[in-house]
Amino acid sequence: MDPECSRLLPALCAVLADPRQPVADDTCLEKLLDWFTAVTEAGSSLLLLQENPCLVELLFHVLKSQDLSSRILSFSLRLAGIFAAQENCFQYLQQGELLPMLFGEVGPLGGTSWTAPTVRSGWIQGLHTLAQHPSALRFLAACGAVDTIFSLQGDPSLFVASAAGQLLVHILDLAMRGPAEGHRSPQACDWPACAQKIVGHIEDSLCSTAIPQVTQALSVLTTVFGHCHGLWTQGLWVRLSPFVARLLEKDPVPASHSLVDFLLSVARSAPSSDRGLWETLAQTLSHLSPTQAGPLAFGILKLQDCPQALRTQAFGILLQPLACVLEAAAQAPGALGLLGAAAGDSVAVGTLLSSRPACVGLLCCALAHLGLLQPLPQRPSPWPQVPLLGAAVTILRLCSGSAAPTSDVGGRLCAILVGCGRVQRAALDFLGALSQGTGPQELVTQVFSVLLEYLVSPESSSMVLKKAFQATLGWLLRSPKTPGCCDLDPHTQLFLRELLPVLQKRLCSPCWEVRDSGLEFLTQMTRHWGGQAGFRQALLASEVPELTKQLLRDPESYVRASAVTATGQLSSWGLCATPASPERPGAQQSLLAELLHILSTDSEGFPRRAVMQVFTEWLRDGHTDVAEDAERFVAGVLQAVSRDLDWEVRAQGLELALVFLEQLLGQRGSHCPCAVAPPEAAPPGLLAHALQVLGRVQLFEFALRALFDCDRPVAQKSCDLLLFLRAKAAPCGSPREAGDGPNVASVGATLQKWQAGEQGQPLGLLEPAAVVALLRSIDLEGLRDTLAESSDHVEKSPQSLLQDMLAAVGALGESGADCY
Amino acid sequence: MKLYCLSGHPTLPCNVLKFKSTTIMLDCGLDMTSTLNFLPLPLVQSPRLSNLPGWSLKDGNAFLDKTELIDLSTVDVILISNYHCMMALPYITEHTGFTGTVYATEPSVQIGRLLMEELVNFIERVPKAQSASLWKNKDIQRLLPSPLKDAVEVSTWRRCYTMQEVNSALSKIQLVGYSQKIELFGAVQVTPLSSGYALGSSNWIIQSHYEKVSYVSGSSLLTTHPQPMDQASLKNSDVLILTGLTQIPTANPDGMVGEFCSNLALTVRNGGNVLVPCYPSGVIYDLLECLYQYIDSAGLSSIPFYFISPVANSSLEFSQIFAEWLCHNKQTKVYLPEPPFPHAELIQTNKLKHYPSIHGDFSNDFRQPCVVFTGHPSLRFGDVVHFMELWGKSSLNTVIFTEPDFSYLEALAPYQPLAMKCIYCPIDTRLNFIQVSKLLKEVQPLHVVCPEQYTQPPPAQSHRMDLMIDCQPPAMSYRRAEVLALPFKRRYEKIEIMPELADSLVPMEIKPGVSLATVSAVLHTKDNKHILQPPPRPAQPTGGKKRKRASDDIPDCKVLKPLLSGSIPVEQFVQTLEKHGFSDIKVEDTAKGHIVLLQEAETLIQIEEDSTHIICDNDELLRVRLRDLVLKFLQKF
Repeated sequence: MDPECSRLLPALCAVLADPRQPVADDTCLEKLLDWFTAVTEAGSSLLLLQENPCLVELLFHVLKSQDLSSRILSFSLRLAGIFAAQENCFQYLQQGELLPMLFGEVGPLGGTSWTAPTVRSGWIQGLHTLAQHPSALRFLAACGAVDTIFSLQGDPSLFVASAAGQLLVHILDLAMRGPAEGHRSPQACDWPACAQKIVGHIEDSLCSTAIPQVTQALSVLTTVFGHCHGLWTQGLWVRLSPFVARLLEKDPVPASHSLVDFLLSVARSAPSSDRGLWETLAQTLSHLSPTQAGPLAFGILKLQDCPQALRTQAFGILLQPLACVLEAAAQAPGALGLLGAAAGDSVAVGTLLSSRPACVGLLCCALAHLGLLQPLPQRPSPWPQVPLLGAAVTILRLCSGSAAPTSDVGGRLCAILVGCGRVQRAALDFLGALSQGTGPQELVTQVFSVLLEYLVSPESSSMVLKKAFQATLGWLLRSPKTPGCCDLDPHTQLFLRELLPVLQKRLCSPCWEVRDSGLEFLTQMTRHWGGQAGFRQALLASEVPELTKQLLRDPESYVRASAVTATGQLSSWGLCATPASPERPGAQQSLLAELLHILSTDSEGFPRRAVMQVFTEWLRDGHTDVAEDAERFVAGVLQAVSRDLDWEVRAQGLELALVFLEQLLGQRGSHCPCAVAPPEAAPPGLLAHALQVLGRVQLFEFALRALFDCDRPVAQKSCDLLLFLRAKAAPCGSPREAGDGPNVASVGATLQKWQAGEQGQPLGLLEPAAVVALLRSIDLEGLRDTLAESSDHVEKSPQSLLQDMLAAVGALGESGADCY
Repeated sequence: MKLYCLSGHPTLPCNVLKFKSTTIMLDCGLDMTSTLNFLPLPLVQSPRLSNLPGWSLKDGNAFLDKTELIDLSTVDVILISNYHCMMALPYITEHTGFTGTVYATEPSVQIGRLLMEELVNFIERVPKAQSASLWKNKDIQRLLPSPLKDAVEVSTWRRCYTMQEVNSALSKIQLVGYSQKIELFGAVQVTPLSSGYALGSSNWIIQSHYEKVSYVSGSSLLTTHPQPMDQASLKNSDVLILTGLTQIPTANPDGMVGEFCSNLALTVRNGGNVLVPCYPSGVIYDLLECLYQYIDSAGLSSIPFYFISPVANSSLEFSQIFAEWLCHNKQTKVYLPEPPFPHAELIQTNKLKHYPSIHGDFSNDFRQPCVVFTGHPSLRFGDVVHFMELWGKSSLNTVIFTEPDFSYLEALAPYQPLAMKCIYCPIDTRLNFIQVSKLLKEVQPLHVVCPEQYTQPPPAQSHRMDLMIDCQPPAMSYRRAEVLALPFKRRYEKIEIMPELADSLVPMEIKPGVSLATVSAVLHTKDNKHILQPPPRPAQPTGGKKRKRASDDIPDCKVLKPLLSGSIPVEQFVQTLEKHGFSDIKVEDTAKGHIVLLQEAETLIQIEEDSTHIICDNDELLRVRLRDLVLKFLQKF
């Protein structure tokens, strides 16, 4: 600890111990604890205490004082824990009987302050930090802390209860890790007493009839198997598995969620040869209700090594609800395919039909799990893509009321599901996920028709529509190209012809979310298909481009932003508004003007950011309107951006400037600013020309202003840009040539003013040589390092923390000190 | 209690309830779908319409579809639930000998008057030189083309009523407010409750002291402009008559409003005109409010909106003055003070203009593209006919149907072939089946009565089991011209006791909490109120007729025997019998009590819960002895 802190510490301890001077800010105490943790990790705690006796005094004082706030008490408990984590310091504190007084029954444990959850939490956290060595274990046993922790597991404060559970795991782990680690037999009989006690408690809880107790025990076990990896955990499983078996015999299975978490945690940590475990998992799958078994089945399927039979059983559970739906809605039997095996399960059918919430819950879970499973490498194989597609389509039809099931079960399912937004969203997500695979053309046609049905239906809510758009995009982009022809296949063409009028209507929706998702969909579709003749033809024949352009003036800023992105994309492909006819040569040009207008006048940030992204993309891709006169374009954009209040827009302006630079001077070697190899220098002639251009578009002034931007990312980006420019300019003359010109000196003065916050003064036109000289004169590397530090690095020092805390209570001599 | 069902149209109900001694008509909706059988009435002679092949334009429009199930002159009162359900009122009050009273809320009456005025105006401004009725003859009707030849009971179709009839009918209405209790002849009390569907729309409670019938017609749980529905007061009903659910249960009004706005914007942006056939009140207020919020965002601020109806001005203004009938949000605006509906601002800023007809000012102001709201939704009369003829040929224009009362395809039939786009966005805010099932769960009536259409899925969607009323016990359904005996028996009647009579009673507690007293009194019944009065003192016989009448009134007190109560404990009774020398006693248990058998005396004593019989063979002495023994165990009063 540095001497200045040592000097401040007694005063601080006095403040903390004084109930008349409450510490207003909790975060200070947290920072203080963090600091002490760092100090003790770096050196000896014992030494620290000996050098700063005020700390031990504080702890003693806390014990004596009656009217201290619970926050300080909690803080002291945690502080003592930090010190006692080192065994020699632990002994030192033990000599003074301080620890039993803090953590034993004579301490806060018996007092009125115990009613404050923060004190109980401090007590647990203190013990958690303290329990690092065998002495600590003996101490815990002696002061009877373990029993208190047992009772705190059911604490009304969830934080305390959860911390108590974690402390138990920690103690168990510590006890088992002890000196005999590695030799500890999986047989539980020779485990240390402390571990025996905890495991015994867990066993008792598992047998309890009170469900909260069972849940507590299971969550402790879940943490044990998640965090502890000793051999002994296998012994623990052997010892506990009969209790789990007994839980499974009950109907309904108590605390099923926690049980599932526990079993999955065991399965993840156990070796794959453990047959008992797999049998338990199989039993659990068959005992739990379909809704409860879903997460377990999903967890099992995600395991790396697991017997095939169990995987089949688990997959069957996930497929059951969908198989039931397919069967209920089937016009003719035998349409189930691979799901057939899972169908006909009366329990699943019963759950589906028992009530609307049960049905919705089960279906949503099954769809979500299968959707997550689809892209995984360990997904079951063969993957029943066709029946799953069929099921997704059927569910969506049941939800929209367009399915006409003939069976009784189908009729009741239809009545339950009609208009259910949750299932619609889940099924659309799932359908989207399935677009990664294929299906027979007939089924794909059904997929498109059900998607179109949802897109058309006025009943579709905005969220459902968004999902429908996403799923449609997924399916459209995977649709096969006609062999031997690079254009869209006839089915897709046909679908597009039906889709565009719908999109048109959605772009006029009174609900802005719908307009927004419509535009996003259009952008994505254009990005992928802008070059396809079939798509271009269909789009240009529709009113979509015109409507999109009109939405640039939408009252909702998100919609304007999406419209900007969409028109930008359309324009990149020459699809914007009317085709460039001889009568209207200015159509495209006017879009550029319109976007510039948005950039300089729009009151919201999103549309302006979108414009900058479009412009950057246009510049990078050589959009015809931009390429015609890139210099004028960049000048105009930079002028508009330099005044922008939104830092993201300014940062994006620098991005655009960088693209422009790269086009003038050649690519950067690597996009990483910290690349080892500097970019290759540009040939001198090219550089001189480039520097002149940069001067004309005032890029240099823009970048230098940004260098002192109050928003760090902007300054960082500018720094990178200037570093790149300097590297490119490396061979251009020696430092002496133009280093001390009057021009450079005045610019340097201006820059200093800018840095001080006076940004009013313009930079004026700079000679290329002066630019190079100036770049060399600025310590860009140093600036970059400073910027890389977090913004509060100055205020984060422990010394300033202590000063702040003292200043806050007026204990520091200086008056009116403004900490920040 | 009986329900006479005069209308088969579930949203235009007309039922008569006979309850206690009253005859109450519940609504008198006018089913105007028969107008679809006629050709449109154009404002100017339309060569196209009059040259249509086949059947020439001969007849005036005629309506009404009622059956002679009940003598309507016996109806005591008519309860109106909303302005759409009172359109047949003049036919009933003016042509049936009706002498009763009509009860309705003020907005219902005022807006109902507007609807009737508009209807009469639409019909009367294109008078027919002649009218034909011969075709109604069954033999001729048979020869007519379909669907006319299949129309039922054309003989009951009537001409449209006149303004005089409307005024006379409306003068019979007595205005009521929500939750106001109205006594009908002392027999029943009726109370209107807010139903949330339209300005002044109401459900009705019809109750006596021990029975409660709720009449739910055209209710809505959505937040639109009217006061929200009062559900709590419907609880504990013996019977709930449920009519006027949404006609389009598959269409959610929010989605439809979105559809309406999208299609409107799409058309106008392409330079087309939008025609909205509508009623002059109701959903139009909500549509204008949605458009008020939407037009700026859709860039439609420069597009004129025209509302053309003979009653357009009154409708827009009336809506602003019925503050107490509006939802809370709109009510609070009045105190700011601001007009509750934003259409006031639309009018102020000249975005919405209203005209009584297409003649006059409108023709000067008219510019396109525009949006026109006008009637009538059947497309058979009103200014809408003119716009259909004007705009029908261009595919740029769109007609958007928002009223669900008429099949839009049938409405469009005489205008075919039509290039104009047609969009069907029916907006019906009335209860759907999910809402009904929630309502019934909450209100829990003992019995539900509803039109038969609600007890099965719609014919076109027979698999949609969710589109029907699902309740326990199953709803009783009715169809047109059916008489339904409502399934509850009246068991109690409230009777008052005069104070002096009550004073004279001496109740005797026969078991804790139950006391009895005998009453001798005269039951006096007048105006359906029953009062027990002290019997007149026995008058001295003074002579002739008078005495005779007095003896009629006075119950014969002398023959009164004391009343017995209590039960006979069999074991003690047997012991008592033994004490009194009876031997050889056998007791048998029966389903209702016990039989005590005195074998020697060949005598049976049957003891049951509410009777005791002594059966012995002509031994009167023995019987009296036994009777006295039995009586010892009972209390007398």
